[in-house]
Amino acid sequence: MSRRHQNFRNYRQEQRLTQHRLIAAALFVLILAMILMARLFYLQVIEHDLYQTKADDNRVMLVTQPPPRGLIYDRNGLILADNTPIHSLTIIPERVEDFAKLKKMLSGIIEISDAEWEDFDERLKEYRRPYQSLTLKSQLTDEEWAKVAVDLYKLDGVQVEAQLTRYYPYGEAFAHAIGYVGRITSKDLETVDKQAYQGALFIGKTGVEGFYEKTLFGEAGLSKVEVNARGRIMSELDRQNPTPGKDLHLFLDARLQQYAYDLLGNYTGSVVAIDPTTGGVLALVSKPGYDPNLFVRGISYDDYKILRQSKKLPLFNRALRGGYPPASTIKPFMALAGLEYGFSSWTERYFAKGYYQINPDGRRYRDWKRTGHGWIDLERSIIESVDTYYYQLANKMGITPIHNFLTRFGFGQSNLLDLNGQSDGLLPSNEWKKAKYKEPWYPGDSVNVGIGQGFMVATPVQIASATSALASRGHYFYPRMANTIGDEPAVFEDGRGDEHDIVLKDQRNWERMVDAMRKVITDSHGTARRLQGTKYDIAGKTGTGQVFSLQEDQEYDADSLEKRLHDHALFIGFAPAKNPKISIFAIFENGGSSSKPADLSKALFDAYLYDDYPERYDYLKGNKNEG
Amino acid sequence: MRDSVYRRALSFTNAHLWKLVHIDILLMASLLLLISGGLFILYSASGQDVAMVERQVFRLAVGLLVCLVLAQLPPKYMRRASPALFIFLAVLLICVLLFGVGAKGAQRWLALPGGLRFQPSEIMKIVMPMMIAWYFSDKQLPPSFKQIVIVLALIATPVLLIAKQPDLGTSLLVAVSGIFVLFLAGLGWRYILGAAALAPIAGYTLWQFMHDYQRQRVLTFLNPESDPLGSGWNIIQSKTAIGSGGLYGKGFLEGTQAQLDFLPESHTDFIIAVLAEEFGMLGCGVLILAYLLVIARGLYISATAEDNYARLLAGSLTLTFFVYMFVNIGMVSGILPVVGVPLPLVSYGGTSIITIMATFGILMSIQTHKRAR
Repeated sequence: MSRRHQNFRNYRQEQRLTQHRLIAAALFVLILAMILMARLFYLQVIEHDLYQTKADDNRVMLVTQPPPRGLIYDRNGLILADNTPIHSLTIIPERVEDFAKLKKMLSGIIEISDAEWEDFDERLKEYRRPYQSLTLKSQLTDEEWAKVAVDLYKLDGVQVEAQLTRYYPYGEAFAHAIGYVGRITSKDLETVDKQAYQGALFIGKTGVEGFYEKTLFGEAGLSKVEVNARGRIMSELDRQNPTPGKDLHLFLDARLQQYAYDLLGNYTGSVVAIDPTTGGVLALVSKPGYDPNLFVRGISYDDYKILRQSKKLPLFNRALRGGYPPASTIKPFMALAGLEYGFSSWTERYFAKGYYQINPDGRRYRDWKRTGHGWIDLERSIIESVDTYYYQLANKMGITPIHNFLTRFGFGQSNLLDLNGQSDGLLPSNEWKKAKYKEPWYPGDSVNVGIGQGFMVATPVQIASATSALASRGHYFYPRMANTIGDEPAVFEDGRGDEHDIVLKDQRNWERMVDAMRKVITDSHGTARRLQGTKYDIAGKTGTGQVFSLQEDQEYDADSLEKRLHDHALFIGFAPAKNPKISIFAIFENGGSSSKPADLSKALFDAYLYDDYPERYDYLKGNKNEG
Repeated sequence: MRDSVYRRALSFTNAHLWKLVHIDILLMASLLLLISGGLFILYSASGQDVAMVERQVFRLAVGLLVCLVLAQLPPKYMRRASPALFIFLAVLLICVLLFGVGAKGAQRWLALPGGLRFQPSEIMKIVMPMMIAWYFSDKQLPPSFKQIVIVLALIATPVLLIAKQPDLGTSLLVAVSGIFVLFLAGLGWRYILGAAALAPIAGYTLWQFMHDYQRQRVLTFLNPESDPLGSGWNIIQSKTAIGSGGLYGKGFLEGTQAQLDFLPESHTDFIIAVLAEEFGMLGCGVLILAYLLVIARGLYISATAEDNYARLLAGSLTLTFFVYMFVNIGMVSGILPVVGVPLPLVSYGGTSIITIMATFGILMSIQTHKRAR
């Protein structure tokens, strides 16, 4: 106040004032400089490890190189699942300035569906490293590839990448056996090593491709590279080459498979052929099939809808999951059970009427032959497929011996060693019925099971493998797809793949049963006598599975029934009877008469045993010396 | 006067020689230390781009020339020219708003004939303290309330013009350079404390006037991880570069963040992160020390200056120089928002080097034109 009004300014004092301020400012400068140093100390000393890790995460990238997938061969060295190069259109989003413009330009060159763009946009939103390419359209045709290649210089951020894809040259007949690979989903990644599958396009989904995924996939190569911020690889720090997947050599015979598929004609159904000396599956057919290549590409919604909605259920693997009543094909096993537990003998005679009653005035269980078969023995009950014989036998035995005995042949359990998704079928028991229906087992239940009907349900693979056990006279092999993996024989965990003998109390019963089954063809009353006239012996058994139960006095009239209600037609057989090399189970759904599967089996026996294939199958011959 | 020159020329001691050519040897030595260290870092930050380093050397040479020319000019001429310069620049700032050119929605440049461009706001960083110091040069200190109001109005005019371009960073720095004069002139502590108390309200008001991209910078500063690939990328990468450098650094040209381009703007605003990554905390400490040397000399020149004008101007210019350095390192290390202030004399870039070297020319002039005691 006072100083300001003095006439003489005190310059000294003003200088001192500013100097004091300068000292204050200098202090302030020092404090702020110390704050900076403290901040640097915090980042560079205290948090150093964290940022060191971040810096390394930035610069070091693990690049996974997917290994080439192992090939799948049939028994003759024919490639059933191959790797072929494809070209995919990929985009590095960071290099694209204007997506709308790019979209317009691309659509002027090749066709890219809305779904593909949507899929791309979806994946673009997920976290990814900058400058990593994203696939927009996989599997360009050669024409598309050529078109894009011409204009590539105009399309910033767009590139065409070459990759290996899976190709199934023989299509739908093999789909249910070989399976397919498909795009890896996030669910798939839960079960595998994510790092290994980085950069891989496919993963085995079903069939052999699914079961042997690990073997076929191999080991991914890893290279540790130093990248710059634009994802450009500057140097390789460390490298581990990929180990290719191992090749699989199957027991499957491609010609037999295709032939069996074709022989089913327009019927839906299944054929399973097994080599009784190894358990190797020679054919595993479920008709209709589908083109597995559709799934490799990523099946379109429309295509998938067609497959899903088809009444013929092409996606349903009948061989593994189809639950059929084994019908009369169960009789040889039932007869052996009776012999085993002393409920029947080869010599004992039985008068077969047109029906069987548990109680004198009870329900009549009808024989397929209304007039009955008269006096018969065990052998003739097989030859003529006498229902009443098995009604009474099953009734005498009760379900427990039946259950125990059939279990030894693999019924009621999934027994094919190397395919996933098999159904257990249903081999009923006291306990099962109590648990399921809260009811005791009734004698009538046994009677139905006696002819392979009622509660009993089996899959083609089960019936085929049981037949194979008959063929090998009890020397049982679990059925299997793979013969060798790489160059090593396929082995299975826990000795599950080991062969073992089903030992009967009287081992001679094997031979006698085979003989009875041989007479099913050779006997003039045999149900499969139409197969006579081969230069080798066939042993077999027919079956007709009821799709619905006839009432007691109802007549089965094929003509008046819708086709889908016709009886299933079944056949089991093996040949040559003395020293079987092939055993077969065949079912024509709603095939009516068992002549169809019997004829099919004979054609397959001829083909397999004497190389008697129609010429049109030569393309599936393979080259035995190869692979 | 003539006699004294004659005598000085005869005695020919070093000190006299430097006084004769008006170079402050201590300030010049600290500056050269800083500049040469900066070129060294730039070589690494530019990805060993010799051409870029050469262009920087050329700019620094021009800056040194400007510095030396200004050093020859006695402060009294500067004082007399101050109001005219101020008015001239204010007019130019209005011209920028009317006819300016620029990019990204900001008009900061005036186009000159021959394709040259000129940024008046940059020169305002020097002219602003000159103007305020001139205002106080014939006033008795400390300033009265009325004087404070006048000074604040003088500061606000160009600051608002620059903020309108919009260039928030420069306008704040210009404001700071004027306010420093006010502070050194003895602005009462109660005003200072009062202003500190009003800062939150001012901050809120400022927020209301901010452009979206400016707000985004503040938000990103508060939480860089919220947008790791977008606007937070810069600060995350610079912190990673600094932190991974550790105490001693990864070695010259060995910084992975800098050399592999993870660090954005590594040769301009974020160049300190390159130093921090390759030479560690130790290297940063040396650099900050070099800055403090320059600043200490500047404050000394201010404290020993002959009159209010020189004292206030020298002090303000020195403190503003410190603010550049503090704001830059603060923003790169993540304690201040990213406002686009280069690291003075080290960052690669045009105009700021010239204006900063001009600053030191003025300081040298003030120091070397003192009457002999």
